[in-house]
Amino acid sequence: MIILKANLKYNVCWFIVMAAAFYLVNILVMVGIIDSFIENMLVTIWINVILATGLNLIIGFAGQFSLGHAGFMAIGAYAAAIITQQVDTVGGFYLSLVVGVIIAIIAAVIVGIPTLRLKGDYLAIATMGAAEIIRIIINNLKITNGPAGMFNIPQFATWPFVYITMCVTTIVVVNFINSRGGRIIMSVRDDEIAAESMGINTTRWKLAAFVLGAATAAIAGGLHASYLQTIAPNDFGIMESISILIIVVLGGVGSITGSVVAAVVLGVLDTILQDFGTLRMVIYAVALILIMVFKPSGLLGTWEFSIRRLFASLKRRKV
Amino acid sequence: MTTLLKVNNLVKKFGGLTAVSDVSMQINSDELIALIGPNGAGKTTLFNMLTGVISPSSGTITFDQEGKKISLNHKKAYQIAELGLARTFQNIRLFKDMTVLDNVLVAMTNQYKEGFLQAVLRFPKFYQTEDVIVKKARNLLAIFDLDKDMHKRACNLPYGLQRRLEIVRGLAMSPKILFLDEPAAGMNPEETAALAKLIRKIQKQFHITVVLIEHDMSLVMNLVERIYVLDQGTLLAEGTPKEIKQNKTVIKAYLGEEG
Repeated sequence: MIILKANLKYNVCWFIVMAAAFYLVNILVMVGIIDSFIENMLVTIWINVILATGLNLIIGFAGQFSLGHAGFMAIGAYAAAIITQQVDTVGGFYLSLVVGVIIAIIAAVIVGIPTLRLKGDYLAIATMGAAEIIRIIINNLKITNGPAGMFNIPQFATWPFVYITMCVTTIVVVNFINSRGGRIIMSVRDDEIAAESMGINTTRWKLAAFVLGAATAAIAGGLHASYLQTIAPNDFGIMESISILIIVVLGGVGSITGSVVAAVVLGVLDTILQDFGTLRMVIYAVALILIMVFKPSGLLGTWEFSIRRLFASLKRRKV
Repeated sequence: MTTLLKVNNLVKKFGGLTAVSDVSMQINSDELIALIGPNGAGKTTLFNMLTGVISPSSGTITFDQEGKKISLNHKKAYQIAELGLARTFQNIRLFKDMTVLDNVLVAMTNQYKEGFLQAVLRFPKFYQTEDVIVKKARNLLAIFDLDKDMHKRACNLPYGLQRRLEIVRGLAMSPKILFLDEPAAGMNPEETAALAKLIRKIQKQFHITVVLIEHDMSLVMNLVERIYVLDQGTLLAEGTPKEIKQNKTVIKAYLGEEG
């Protein structure tokens, strides 16, 4: 019982933090400080948080270097677009997210079984190829409207919905990492042979992490399509995968807190630099290079923020 | 005393090289055995075959699970581990970026269950399962004086403790047979003596069979009950330490011909 109570305290704290942030944004929207321009920035950041935490699970915790995240995002986006155009209701939107996740899981299993035997650079290239295959299939289908993309997608993903979904997927990923499954995938990352001789079916667990990451990417894709209302196959090319990778690497491979921080930093930086036109990419690149030079393990390395530790250190300071 | 593991005419060929040829041995419950031999004798290859890291070219390995005979020939390493065969590695293979505690918890993977939803949505059952398993791991670490380093990352432990953590990890799988691949490698005489004491202690306390590969004769001779001697892939001799000490062929393999 004592453990339950102690953990309840931390969980309630987290809930309060998330709810407070929600109401803060809500008030700022009502007062008018957050206009549609800033709202757009916030939603983009939140979607990037979902993408980056999912990719960090695959790269940082399962140790599988995947460059195919945009492919799974595309599946989610097109599922949302096609289904909500037919079934123009909130229920249809939820259904489309579920369908997107299921198709992404199936695709991840098909892609994962052969490619997860590879390691490092080889795996990166194989997953990149898989994502390109997904993009090219979408490019050539009638139902997806080919290279022109899809327009007038009904907007169901309002900012509160995106925010809540981001909170839920982050909780799912973090809780998974801090459980039996998370320990297993980290052991596979650290030493595959040792993990195998501890009775762990390494192939199965690598695939599990890959599939979970792909599922969150599909959700992010669905939100992206529904919020922006237009999508095209070229939105989900290799550059999108790389920009998600940049968030993960910048924040710290193996730190979910880092992914969240990096998504916010890059999102804000991107918006501020929009006035600078083409100079923007130069400043962006210089900022990245500086961080890589002075903090090669990313902004936070593998450090994680923990309310439990915060409480412990506060207690110590009092005494 | 029952036979736990029976090895018949085991052969492993790497291309033209026969690393292990025609080895037959028998490992009983509750005993302490050593596998000795000069460098390149095929000891680790034999270990790797027994634990499923590599598969034998020919021959059979049979494991006795409470009267049921199970062939290990085509089993994967993780399936063999699930049956109760744990091992350590010659070149330490810890999960180096994980904490000491997590290293032990990973080894206990197959002793508890956590559903995906249970873990992700943090049902009360999750905290209870975690509490039980963490307590168990802590008790085990305490036996080896590792509990105070529990939250350190495994790669930050000193060498001797890393070796010890590998043994703890093997024990955490609650195995029937524990294979130790050169546990005393890189240790000084005092550390080796302490290790010998520790090995005897765990063998008695946990009632398991311990099989160890060792170069250090002083460690082996005073510790084990039975010795298998391997040279150039073939079994030279088998017997008690006393018998092995007097065996002519063994002396020849280790010290060369008498002048």
